[in-house]
Amino acid sequence: MSASVAVTELMDYDEVVQRFDPVLGLEVHVELSTNTKMFCGCENAFGGEPNTKVCPVCLGLPGSLPVVNGKAVESAIRIGLALNCDIAEWCRFARKNYFYPDMPKNFQTSQYDEPIAVNGWLDVVLDDGEVVRVEIERAHMEEDTGKSLHVGGSTGRIHGAEHSLLDYNRAGVPLIEIVTKPIVGTGARAPEVARAYVTALRDLLRALGVSDVRMDQGSLRCDANVSLMAKGAAEFGTRTETKNVNSLRSVERAVRYEMTRQAAVLANGGRVVQETRHFDESTGSTSSGRTKETAEDYRYFPEPDLVPVAPSREWVEELRATLPELPWERLKRIQTEWQLTDPELRDLVNAGAVELVAETVAAGAGPAEARSWWVSYLTQQANTRGVDLADLPITPVQLARVIALVAEGSLTNKLAREVVDGVLAGEGEPDQVVEARGLKVVSDDSALLAAVDEALAAQPDIAEKIRSGKVAAAGAIVGAVMKATKGQADAKRVRELVLSRCTG
Amino acid sequence: MPNISRDEVAHLARLARLAVTDEELDLFAGQLDAILEAVAAVGDVATDDIPPTSHAVPLTNVFRADEVRPGLGQQQALAGAPFPEEGRFRVPRILGEEA
Repeated sequence: MSASVAVTELMDYDEVVQRFDPVLGLEVHVELSTNTKMFCGCENAFGGEPNTKVCPVCLGLPGSLPVVNGKAVESAIRIGLALNCDIAEWCRFARKNYFYPDMPKNFQTSQYDEPIAVNGWLDVVLDDGEVVRVEIERAHMEEDTGKSLHVGGSTGRIHGAEHSLLDYNRAGVPLIEIVTKPIVGTGARAPEVARAYVTALRDLLRALGVSDVRMDQGSLRCDANVSLMAKGAAEFGTRTETKNVNSLRSVERAVRYEMTRQAAVLANGGRVVQETRHFDESTGSTSSGRTKETAEDYRYFPEPDLVPVAPSREWVEELRATLPELPWERLKRIQTEWQLTDPELRDLVNAGAVELVAETVAAGAGPAEARSWWVSYLTQQANTRGVDLADLPITPVQLARVIALVAEGSLTNKLAREVVDGVLAGEGEPDQVVEARGLKVVSDDSALLAAVDEALAAQPDIAEKIRSGKVAAAGAIVGAVMKATKGQADAKRVRELVLSRCTG
Repeated sequence: MPNISRDEVAHLARLARLAVTDEELDLFAGQLDAILEAVAAVGDVATDDIPPTSHAVPLTNVFRADEVRPGLGQQQALAGAPFPEEGRFRVPRILGEEA
């Protein structure tokens, strides 16, 4: 960190979007979940004791030779196809040379002017249902770097560190970099578009089964390029690149912050410095990293140790046939099957409940009931607890059991909530909660009749009204019975009994 | 045809982290020029029917099965490292060159 503690000036967001048009460029790195690394047979797995998943190839020892992981190429092609890209008939790897010890070879094996996939697009759905088509420039294959631990700095950051410690377990892990074309014309919604794009990409990659897409573990990482141009201007402004923004929410915050910061710089007659910036989760702000005053010179050249990759059209078509139902196709099917209106589908998606409802339905529940539980009551519970819906301590199977108990008449909706509360409180399976809390509906007519008779006797005037045909008065008796049975009776059945008692 | 300038040599030297004196810049510029000229002779024989290539052998699609192979243990991996620490390679502090 620099010694200066000057407060960064920010422009009010509304003013930003009145005066400027934002331009975005998003670079997403995704680690493939192959068994092995990109160019050697070392295990590809998160974590582990440092430098235990390494070999001469990924340590860059002299004389070692890389060999491409065929499965990683398959995954790259499948990603390209799902993103509507053209798959290159011929492409090569290249060396990206630089002096930084996160790659022990002093270069990263990547692709440069011949990426495996180019010119695609991804349709991104915003929270209100608007669809924005994001154009994909390219997707290329490369390898991940090792992890540096900076020692001696006050913050653990690179600045002020006395030395660094390197773990190369991650060095060589297959990585696909997906780069968008400039995203223009999104105006005030640019931050939301950025988040929605990364979300859509994450869902797509998950559906393809090519990565575990854990942003928290770095298997999905986003670098956000942001620039502003004055309204009506034709030329893009100078951009900054905010690195490794590691949650969906942070993508949105980082873009928004950069827009307000750059706007203030420009409005004050300054110029935006082309640089790498770091996003700080705790403050939601970005800070200056490396300045890119001069263009990088990585001296890319074709990797002499690897032969070109030339996917035959037959192979590409074989891989296309392996594409699963993609997220947007699945949503379309779900909408039809569950008979959802567009807003209902959107609520379901925005609540992050699609998977959970699908699993609940798969466990035997009706779609309407399953959706209602997840989108309303359980969403409230998740909000109260400040956790994601999927992290609530109730499984779709457990919820399906509760729904089944309601359907067979063993529970009323009110009792069902108590059962769900019990499951959430860790009291066990739904049936155990019913048992332990004594929540079963009183379905024994003789017990209910006794309560009905008692209530009628206690309120003779109302009983008389019902007998004289004022059916609406029955509500008071039903209420009394429900109270007497502590809500464990089926109100509909009680009402039937009251009416039959007074008319029979 | 090649004509390497002093500036280009200085740039290359910086990229390679080599300290080069002013005299050496002149010296190397001339030498690199001679080398590049010699290599450029290849251009004289290249014709339109010979596609450019980065490999001497006409091979493509050499792939490996995605099967884990034993690597080095931590001790072996660090055996050649001058200052291993906490199971890691220790390197001097790095500033301004983050990739």
